[in-house]
Amino acid sequence: MKPLRVFATGFVLHFKNLSASPFMVVTAAVWPLVYATLAFLMFRATHQAPSLLYAALGAAVMGIWSTTATSAGGAVQQQRNWKVLELLVAAPSPLILVLAPITVAIAGIGVYSIVTTLLWGRLLFGVPFHVLHPALFLVSIPAAVLSIGLLGLVLASTLVLYREASAFSQMLEYPVWMITGMLIPLSLLPGWIHPISWVLAPTWGMRAVRRAALGGSVGTPLLMCVLLTVVYTVLAVVLLHHFERLARDRATLSLS
Amino acid sequence: MKTWFRVFFVGGAISFRALFAWIRPWVYIPTLCVGPTTQVLFFAFLGRTAHLEDDSWFVVGNAVQSASLAALFGMGFAIDGERWMQTLSAVLATPANRSALFLGRTLPVLLNASVSAGTGFVGGALFLGFRPPLSALPGLAFLVVLGAFACTGLGMLSAAVGLRMRDVPIIANLTMAVLLIFCGVNVPLDKLPQWMHVAAEGLPLTHAIAAARRVADGASLSSVSTSVAVEAALGLAYLAAGFVLLRVFEEQGRRTGSLERA
Repeated sequence: MKPLRVFATGFVLHFKNLSASPFMVVTAAVWPLVYATLAFLMFRATHQAPSLLYAALGAAVMGIWSTTATSAGGAVQQQRNWKVLELLVAAPSPLILVLAPITVAIAGIGVYSIVTTLLWGRLLFGVPFHVLHPALFLVSIPAAVLSIGLLGLVLASTLVLYREASAFSQMLEYPVWMITGMLIPLSLLPGWIHPISWVLAPTWGMRAVRRAALGGSVGTPLLMCVLLTVVYTVLAVVLLHHFERLARDRATLSLS
Repeated sequence: MKTWFRVFFVGGAISFRALFAWIRPWVYIPTLCVGPTTQVLFFAFLGRTAHLEDDSWFVVGNAVQSASLAALFGMGFAIDGERWMQTLSAVLATPANRSALFLGRTLPVLLNASVSAGTGFVGGALFLGFRPPLSALPGLAFLVVLGAFACTGLGMLSAAVGLRMRDVPIIANLTMAVLLIFCGVNVPLDKLPQWMHVAAEGLPLTHAIAAARRVADGASLSSVSTSVAVEAALGLAYLAAGFVLLRVFEEQGRRTGSLERA
């Protein structure tokens, strides 16, 4: 139970901390509205586009990835800048239990985007919000957040020795939106991209949320979210162990 | 006059180098070179999903619009960055001519924004087969610089507001969002609600993008002279408004001792 408590406490702490940041709130709550508005206007302009609810859900989950891409990649670097990385590494809890709540909380504040985007669509564009499977919809959102947050941790662990991790991670915002079927169907993209999208949590998180709302089997995407969560966790443990060993060997933990 | 030009060119360049913190290109490349291309690709494919306009239409709109990132954030940091570095008071205490001091900071930002937007066109050419007539390239380049100039003017205005507000990146973010939605970047102006269409006429980029699309289709630069004139006038108006507001806020900041604390 202790690991769970460490994770939950860290998540709540960081979620509150991030919610107090105007920049993060703008990223989580305002930018998805921009993309939702553009998608609504573009889709409404023709009669061959997908439905507006499809667009609203896509823009909402885009917000989760947006916060992850803009902040999770540099999450470890951020702790270093705040001069607390050494304390976190020295804590008796495993490093992953200290760092995972940060990236999951970063993905978690993307939940604001779901609320604001659906409300925005309903109030300004009259998008009907009718969820076919409300219970599955409510399960899909934390599953998407958890798996995307852990993908963020993999990103953070991979980029930890790279000084400009944040800039690199932000660069992945549009490409991941594009290849994970958030607003653009995968069928429009070249076939070689499909396997890449399958190993990215946003693909399955999006699919789970959308199918729970619009119809379709939710089981497989949910299962894939769980499977990817496990895979990302293992990857992050290995990468963080490697990083910690290198940083201790070279005495570079507090240096970028 | 010689001093004015020295402050304008040398001061502007030094300020840009110092505040950009340019040591290695690993921030510049992902943010300002790859970013415009990924934006172009995303919206071109979104356009295909919506069956709305062809790829070239999205390449031109998004490439020109991508100048706004470097222009708005660049100008924001040109002023707000001094505060973060705790050098704002020192800069404003100098007897240097204010027009040379502030306007000199726009030139490197304008050039940087133009280069950044140019990479969007290169990305469009590489990945989406965007091929305007060769004769259109000088005109397109001119229109990119013009759009970047108008955005830099707007950036000057938001930088001035930054003397009174703490979060300049948020102002830049929101302004960029408005430009993305209103200026006909991804939704044809005639498909926007009327009030948005009217608002777009007074924003930077709207006319540069419309002109660039026509030039990319083979029209001559002279045939889009009205759009060019309106875009240039808007850029000058925003620049002038930003400069005046900077002076007003500088004066207020001196009087109330609030320059360093927004």
